[in-house]
Amino acid sequence: MNSAIEQVGTPNAAADVDVIVSIRDLNVFYGKFHAVGNVSFDVPKNQITALIGPSGCGKSTVLRCINRMNDLIPEARVEGRIEYHETDINSSNVDPVEVRRHVGMVFQKPNPFPKSIYENISWGAQINGHKGNYDELVERCLRQAALWDEVKDKLQESGLALSGGQQQRLCIARTLAINPDVILMDEPCSALDPISTLRIEDLMRELERQYTIVIVTHNMQQAARVSDQTVFFSLGENRMGVLVEASQTRQLFTNPNDQRTEDYITGRFG
Amino acid sequence: MGPSGDTIPANREHEFGEIPGSATGRGIAPITALGGRAPVNLDLSGHKSRGMQERIVGVLLWICGALSLLTTAGIIFVLFQQAFVFFQQIPITDFLFGTTWTALFKTPLYGVLPLVSGTLMITLIAMLVAIPLGLMSAIYLSEYAPNRAREILKPALELLAGIPTIVYGFFAVTFIRPDILVKIFPGIGPFSALSAGVAVGILTIPLVASLSEDSMRAVPRALREGGYALGATKLEVSWQIVVPAAISGIIASFILAMSRAVGETMIVALAAGSKAQLTGNPLEPMQTMTGFIVQAFSGDMVVGTPPYLSLFAVGLLLFFITLALNLISQKVVGRFREAYE
Repeated sequence: MNSAIEQVGTPNAAADVDVIVSIRDLNVFYGKFHAVGNVSFDVPKNQITALIGPSGCGKSTVLRCINRMNDLIPEARVEGRIEYHETDINSSNVDPVEVRRHVGMVFQKPNPFPKSIYENISWGAQINGHKGNYDELVERCLRQAALWDEVKDKLQESGLALSGGQQQRLCIARTLAINPDVILMDEPCSALDPISTLRIEDLMRELERQYTIVIVTHNMQQAARVSDQTVFFSLGENRMGVLVEASQTRQLFTNPNDQRTEDYITGRFG
Repeated sequence: MGPSGDTIPANREHEFGEIPGSATGRGIAPITALGGRAPVNLDLSGHKSRGMQERIVGVLLWICGALSLLTTAGIIFVLFQQAFVFFQQIPITDFLFGTTWTALFKTPLYGVLPLVSGTLMITLIAMLVAIPLGLMSAIYLSEYAPNRAREILKPALELLAGIPTIVYGFFAVTFIRPDILVKIFPGIGPFSALSAGVAVGILTIPLVASLSEDSMRAVPRALREGGYALGATKLEVSWQIVVPAAISGIIASFILAMSRAVGETMIVALAAGSKAQLTGNPLEPMQTMTGFIVQAFSGDMVVGTPPYLSLFAVGLLLFFITLALNLISQKVVGRFREAYE
């Protein structure tokens, strides 16, 4: 175990769980701006890890490093190790396309493709060379995303015709279709109403059995409700995002180690 | 402003509770919080001349708008009127379905089909050039080009559209045919539908590329990210997500390019030849509707005779074809447009 991690108190050392993603000394720059500094934490397998913190503290940036999404931003530069099953995904011989086939992502605003509901799900599987029965795949993914009953009679209609909450579940279903290991969720409920939000949260707890989920949220209640582990980020010097504390969710919310965490969760800051 | 300018923070005080240190603000509050008490000198009637000014500007702008509409109406009126006289002398069915066009010969026949087929052949060739090249350029500019390259290439491409078409005409005759086409098709004559069509195609590449690129750039970034997050390559995202999402604008650009090719005149007048013949062989010379009009105007003609009047009939037909293409393009845009927020 890296000593930097023990300092911030990762729970995994004690509780004997498999680590699926391990982040070490992650630094991200946008041009000259040092956006995230020296972040290290572990993501335990088959658990939900929540990243919380005030706006602009780099939690989404860190999330987007886990599937190399920051490669799409020309001025972004990522340093440090991100080990996925003990392979550093930032090393030069790793193809980001391959990483994203194992680490799926759901975005802040639902972004279904302007295709039919059926194609929204089959497309990802198709480009990944899925050989099996597509009808079964579409049904299975929609059932897993708790959307099947609402759309089974209109699979050929456009995904854009669904409501916001349904669109977001469609995006989750579409991610499941490529059969990822890890699902990253970047504030998946921030554009949704409270009922849709609760449905997505139920869904996350359901999915946790088969998948590992990392979720960014600025809703602390949500982090408390759904996550097993919580990582708290804050703003350091020069508006650089830093990791303050990573603990079991219950501990972080009831008995935080750091004063800044306590200030944030009690609403005195942020 | 007057004293009422200060009422905003004071009135909002109930939302924020007492604002510490706003003692002076609170001092004003009792007066303004009563609301409705008008300042003594309040005059909202405005300058007397303002209403008149606005009305004059409105009328001037209306005249400008009406002028362009009137011009269009005038052109259509003249076309219809002269074409009507023409069709009193030549039956409209002979005109539309006749297969020989010898309007400027001693024994004139006015079957417009050779001109229509020449126009369509050249348009078809032009689209075979412009659609693939224009669309590929658009994909490159929108998805692949680094910002630096796009900043240089897009204006350069649009400059291409600004070159006078007569220059494309002699480019076709002096370069495209002798240096390229002859090597591929040794049988090609000095004037042919093919060399004119290729030049018209090059002319319309910027139109297709620029409009398609605009519509691809309007596809939200979130859709691309959604594609990449599923492990798609850049080619898959460009071709299977961005292009279908932008399809309304892309098809509209094709149709506008087609409409431009149908109406293109100088290139075909120079490069296609002036032999109106009904043939499917693009290596042969052909005459288009526009090409005929140029040829007829550059010779001598007696006003009011059938050859003269036939110009208007051809012009009217051309007008209907381009009008139809523009209407189709509008329909397509409306039909396939996806609503993104």
